[in-house]
Amino acid sequence: MSFAVVVFPGSNCDRDCFHVIDKVLGQPVEYIWHRDHEIPDGIDCVIVPGGFSYGDYLRSGAVAKMSPIMDAVARFARAGGKVLGICNGFQILLEAGLLPGAMQRNTSLEFICKPVHLRCATRRTAFTGSLSEGQVLQIPIAHAEGNYFIDDDGLERLQDNAQIVFQYANAMGEVTVGANPNGSVHNIAGICNEAGNVVGMMPHPERAAESILGSVDGLALFESVLGQ
Amino acid sequence: MTTVRILIRNRKGVFDPEGKVIHGGLKRLGYAEVSAARVGKVIDLVFEDEDEGAIAEKVEAMCKAFLVNPVIEDYSYEILSREG
Repeated sequence: MSFAVVVFPGSNCDRDCFHVIDKVLGQPVEYIWHRDHEIPDGIDCVIVPGGFSYGDYLRSGAVAKMSPIMDAVARFARAGGKVLGICNGFQILLEAGLLPGAMQRNTSLEFICKPVHLRCATRRTAFTGSLSEGQVLQIPIAHAEGNYFIDDDGLERLQDNAQIVFQYANAMGEVTVGANPNGSVHNIAGICNEAGNVVGMMPHPERAAESILGSVDGLALFESVLGQ
Repeated sequence: MTTVRILIRNRKGVFDPEGKVIHGGLKRLGYAEVSAARVGKVIDLVFEDEDEGAIAEKVEAMCKAFLVNPVIEDYSYEILSREG
């Protein structure tokens, strides 16, 4: 299984993702610069990492979507390639139209950086196959714009197609208003496309992949891809 | 030269946390008569030697492709000034 991590000006979780894939999972991984026009042959999974691409100017992810590599990522995804967008990477996938909905400022208007509990809502995606439905993970969030918005019709489509992947929950896995850190519709922390090969999530699994960091729950996402 | 001012705001029904905080601040300052505040952003574009029809067409295209996210935002624009 070969991985690639896309690097934009302002990406700052690219090295963390690279480290987890290379050192923790022991899998081949390379960086792709955002000006590149192609995903290299032989890549099975593309990670769009977190950070502040283009300084979050205009809207988070809005400028990054016009980088040449995003056309290549879209072609890769259409062909069934596995794509994981984390935090700013999720915002970029939304702006690029690879996933539905949009991000807004957190309702508190604060940058929130803390561990949260997530309830896995479906194991049908490329990144959740090794989890069980209802399983609770503890993974940190770190964002100011993670307030996921989609209109009522869009939410219904997400529910009908089992596209909600993670919801903010309490430690028991109950999806409650109190467990929602940022105001996201339906406590949504992560979603997938209809096919399930493209996943976007605000929490950072790469920051919860080694015991020294306090949680290894994030490893399951990377291991799920390997299991395919 | 023609300057176009684009105003981008959250669509009606989409929560505007910044507007809510500003509204709260105005109330604390004693302006109870303000019933709501809504925050948006302004982008001024300067065009050279273009007729208004062509400018309007281009501004629409720019908004749809890049400047505005139609999932959460609405936009309007006006021609501010025209010189030369």
